[in-house]
Amino acid sequence: MSFRYEIRLSGSGGQGLILAGKILAEAAAIYDNKNATQSQSYGPEARGGSSRSEVIISDEEIDYPKAVNIDFLLCFTQEACDKYCVDIKEKGILLVDSDYVTKVPEGKFTVHKVPITTIAEKQAGKSLVANIVALGIITGLTGIVSKKAVESAVLSRVPKGTEDLNTKAFNLGIDLARELK
Amino acid sequence: MTSSNNTDTRLMTGNEACAEAALVAGMRFFAGYPITPSSEIAEVLARKLPSSGGVFIQMEDEIGSIAAIIGASLAGVKAMTATSGPGFSLMQENIGYAAMTEVPVVIVNVQRGGPSTGLPTLPSQSDVMQARWGTHGDHPVIAVVPSTVYETFVWTIKAFNFSEQYRVPVIVLLDEIIAHINEKITIPAHDELAIIDRTLSSQPPESYLPYKNTPSGVPLFAGFGTGYRYHVTGLCHDETGFPSSNARIVEELYLRLNRKIDQHRNDIIEYQTLDLDDAEICIVAYGSSARSAQRAVRIARQDGIKVGLFKPFVLWPFPGEELAELTRKAKTIIVPEMNLGQIAHEVSCATRKDVVSVNRVDGTLITPQEIVKRIYDVQV
Repeated sequence: MSFRYEIRLSGSGGQGLILAGKILAEAAAIYDNKNATQSQSYGPEARGGSSRSEVIISDEEIDYPKAVNIDFLLCFTQEACDKYCVDIKEKGILLVDSDYVTKVPEGKFTVHKVPITTIAEKQAGKSLVANIVALGIITGLTGIVSKKAVESAVLSRVPKGTEDLNTKAFNLGIDLARELK
Repeated sequence: MTSSNNTDTRLMTGNEACAEAALVAGMRFFAGYPITPSSEIAEVLARKLPSSGGVFIQMEDEIGSIAAIIGASLAGVKAMTATSGPGFSLMQENIGYAAMTEVPVVIVNVQRGGPSTGLPTLPSQSDVMQARWGTHGDHPVIAVVPSTVYETFVWTIKAFNFSEQYRVPVIVLLDEIIAHINEKITIPAHDELAIIDRTLSSQPPESYLPYKNTPSGVPLFAGFGTGYRYHVTGLCHDETGFPSSNARIVEELYLRLNRKIDQHRNDIIEYQTLDLDDAEICIVAYGSSARSAQRAVRIARQDGIKVGLFKPFVLWPFPGEELAELTRKAKTIIVPEMNLGQIAHEVSCATRKDVVSVNRVDGTLITPQEIVKRIYDVQV
């Protein structure tokens, strides 16, 4: 079958993972002109509870929209990491926020541990933008979407007045990816 | 949302597409009560209806919501509501009222796990029979089941068209997957879309018969507040709209109400097929399960298995005759659905074939692999 890339962003409600997924899908689908879908699974709680956002990027029509054979897994909680790392495909990538995830399971995939929330707080100025820092890292590590596309999608989706903060967070992520590679 | 170039291409959810399509169809009155996973439809319309010259009302509950849209539609305005399982249950009585009084309304039901409050945030397809038979009595209804964001846009518009054309309640059956998935959609140019409005009576108010039989079975409409005064009741009624229990009149009314759909079923029913010509195994799938089924067909076809897909866009009236004809040569039919086999039964009645169900009721979309496995099971 043709090209299909599956990304799962996982953690808990309120961490901005659904927004991050939407931005990634919009970057791929609209700005990079590929096919992309973003779907989600979350609990009834407004905050807390598990949250999962999945992005599929492909060069053909996307029928089944869920991730089953994951190329890239992002985990913002230990629980998400324990639950989902078995779904990563061989040679896939696992990125964990080491502020929350301390025990990383072994597997035939590449692991990157980054204190994403601390970096967002100390270097961008707000822990709230940890999701956007993560987007920068994903963009830089995978190259699955262009930097320009994600940057444009970030700016189109974040609240007015927070553009500088979010751009800064995104670029922090891009720089981190360069160091990780 | 941003356009990439001159055509209107965006990343959109099914709920957003539904709301946008309703505006394109000319809907100018929405009454609803927020409920997951349908709330974004109300959210978009609360923002956009006032500036489009329309009215948005958040009602006290779902019973009030459907009552309000029936009233608005009687005044001549295209009206809709959107809800999910528990709200859809509350609306059932007035869906019957709309069917009996022949008031065009569109009801969106974004399916989640049930019964009762069930699984608020997770998908299900367990309201498909409720959409057909939820309200009591032999009543006409049309229900459409899109499976992509684009189809949601197109079929919401068609839902309004059917409702106006046949003066029946039309149900748009979404599910949490389609409602919340973000997907690329190129919005069709408005002049490429057929928009149908109800046919108004040219009779003067003195001689207007609000429920007069016509060749199509659909009475001609006159809006309240335009000089016409007539009686509207959920009781059986004659052509004037006043109650009657005269056996002949009552029977005529019931037969006409149902004839409106039966007589036009070929104009209403639409479906899509994939690789069905030589198929020995046919999958019948609708809504988000059809996406998994499409992938399953592609995977199994690569292994040389003769399998195809029948995907209805209109679930009610059920395309039984069409399905029976298209699956004449098939040995087995597989029906994947996120319920315990509601449509499988309908498929079995229509085709009299071996029907195998693939069911999931745990709030999870059926995977292509689960369907592929069943294809292999029935292959031997």
